[in-house]
Amino acid sequence: MATATGRPSLAVWKFASCDGCQLSLLDCEDELLAIAEQVQIAYFPEATRTVIDGPYDLSLVEGSVTTPHDAERIRAIRSVSKRLITIGACATAGGIQALRQFADVTEFTRYVYAQPEWIETLASSDAIAAHVAVDYELRGCPVAKEQLLEVLGAFLCGRRPQIPDTAVCQECKRSQAVCLLVAAGTPCLGPVTHAGCQALCPRFGRGCYGCFGPKENAQPAALSAALAAQGISRKTTQRLYTTFNVAAEAFRNESERLESESESESAAEAAAAAAAAAAEQERDR
Amino acid sequence: MSTEKAPRPQPERILEATQLQTLIELLQQRGYEVLGPTRDESAIVYGPLADVTALPVDCGDEQAPGVYRLRTRGDGAYFGYAVGPHSWKAYLFPPNEVLFRVHRDAAEGLRTEILGAPATPRALLGVRPCELAALAIQDTVFTQQAVADRGYAERRRALFTIAVDCAAPAATCFCAEMASGPAARDGFDLVLTELCDPPQHRFAIAAGSAAGAELLQALPTRAASAAEQSAVSQQWQRATAQMPQRLPAEEERRALLAHSHSHPHWEAVAERCLACVNCTLVCPTCFCSDMVDRTDLEGEVAERVRTWGSCFEAEHSYMVGGPHRHSVAARYRQWLTHKLETWHEQFGSSGCVGCGRCITWCPSGIDLTAEVAALAEHHGGSTAPRTPGGIHEGA
Ligand code: SF4
Ligand code: SF4
Ligand code: SF4
Repeated sequence: MATATGRPSLAVWKFASCDGCQLSLLDCEDELLAIAEQVQIAYFPEATRTVIDGPYDLSLVEGSVTTPHDAERIRAIRSVSKRLITIGACATAGGIQALRQFADVTEFTRYVYAQPEWIETLASSDAIAAHVAVDYELRGCPVAKEQLLEVLGAFLCGRRPQIPDTAVCQECKRSQAVCLLVAAGTPCLGPVTHAGCQALCPRFGRGCYGCFGPKENAQPAALSAALAAQGISRKTTQRLYTTFNVAAEAFRNESERLESESESESAAEAAAAAAAAAAEQERDR
Repeated sequence: MSTEKAPRPQPERILEATQLQTLIELLQQRGYEVLGPTRDESAIVYGPLADVTALPVDCGDEQAPGVYRLRTRGDGAYFGYAVGPHSWKAYLFPPNEVLFRVHRDAAEGLRTEILGAPATPRALLGVRPCELAALAIQDTVFTQQAVADRGYAERRRALFTIAVDCAAPAATCFCAEMASGPAARDGFDLVLTELCDPPQHRFAIAAGSAAGAELLQALPTRAASAAEQSAVSQQWQRATAQMPQRLPAEEERRALLAHSHSHPHWEAVAERCLACVNCTLVCPTCFCSDMVDRTDLEGEVAERVRTWGSCFEAEHSYMVGGPHRHSVAARYRQWLTHKLETWHEQFGSSGCVGCGRCITWCPSGIDLTAEVAALAEHHGGSTAPRTPGGIHEGA
């Protein structure tokens, strides 16, 4: 749906999020002019006050659906968007705010807000795809600038975006970085995490935090076993899975499995300690 | 290698360790960029060597499945370690390479720019015997097929190799079984054997090519004594003896793998395998790549990039209808059988040189030799030959 200018129109929408992914778009400094020449920026409050009414050729959506109002709004956006692409972990997997799924939201609102009765919120933080059809999901917390440009470029010439769904380790090895997990026993989610960041953290000596969510065919249980063999505690590993992509199925399942294992482990430990204490008492008598 | 059959004639010349710097200088004077092992924060990697001090002096390594640690040796050796995470293939078959660029030109229409800068002459110092074998394998793959890879061939021609025998194989090394080490046989310009016996520290040295002989002439060497020659033989034997037998002999191993297509053990490995591609990207012989065509936003320039690929990626087997090796079991089987069995059919040699990198750098610590042993152990007489069907898809 080309606009009066003959260029396809672009709209950028925000849901529950930190704005980091939109900033990644603004961060495309060198390419921003080229983008503005190729598309008409019709709606992008973070960048311009101009508002051009829909329908739009391409909508980029940041953030997750956390309120009944969000749920209505995303349906309206879908109905005026020819193509809809989600950008980032919030829009694609629910984001860090999906941690609410593991607790009682009503209790949270009571702690946080002076007038909790004014708050209308959902019990979960949903990926956009849980509410409407999505044409393409771009991962990352935040998205990688190069991948965002690739998706826009692919959209403009009508081809499929080339975004590999393999592990961060692939980018780590291509960059010739030394593996932290093997050479230093550093916890790293690279082997189960979707590539896209060019192994940013491992290249700077930090293990991968899993910003891009699970890779294709991710095997988190195998990684947890490998981390345990490096002497990394179950609790540390469980926390690694419990961040920006905690609601992505593979990470959530592993986080829950580790949690229940540590619970039964601490229960067993407590029982063993009680038995030992009883035995000691027995001896002392 | 056994005591009866020496890998190569005894070296006749000795280079004092204090003269190693002269070797580097002579190479530099001849226009070579000198590359070699150097110490990174946590591993020995390959990079440019400005002078002899860039080598990992007195540095050793400990390797086990999924574990690599550096240690101090205490004897001042320059080459007292086994191979690390890097391999020389990165210099001949780079991890990312723009092959060509196409420009849309108002006057000329489409204009193609073939890339690939003229290869810089490079001298590789400290090439291990298993790496010479790997270079020979990649030569076959890239230059001796119907179509030769131009970039690889040019970079390869501009290479000068100085091999160093291995005196300290890691626990993950099995080059003796793959007949590639621990002493170099051929394929080098110069070869060194480090004799580090403080306070004596010297290298036995020999040439393997005309260019190597020319350089050897220019070096300040002396004749090797009988004692020094016997120290070289002893080192070859000691290093070999340090590597226990881990694999069935070639014929047996090929027959086993050819008949293990539907073996249940592939599923057991898949429980541990992360399909993370580490093993294939550290492997000095793996040659698979991915081709990516990129376009700019204006649609004016397109370029084709070749990057390292791996059979552990879904995309590797992508055909109409999706990837045909979806399960991790099918991917691991492809890798192991290609390395140790189908490579023979394809290129006339093993695809594995026994360097052990895939064992050390697998985050899960999967050891291919242990997996072959497990396949052999549970073989239980089911010798169904490889069929186009089989488990094909696992999970
Ligand atoms: S550091 Fe992390 S991302 Fe890099 S190879 Fe090791 S496990 Fe993979
Ligand atoms: S064998 Fe190890 S290194 Fe290779 S893909 Fe599997 S987990 Fe990764
Ligand atoms: S083992 Fe896999 S990555 Fe390596 S050459 Fe064979 S198919 Fe390619």
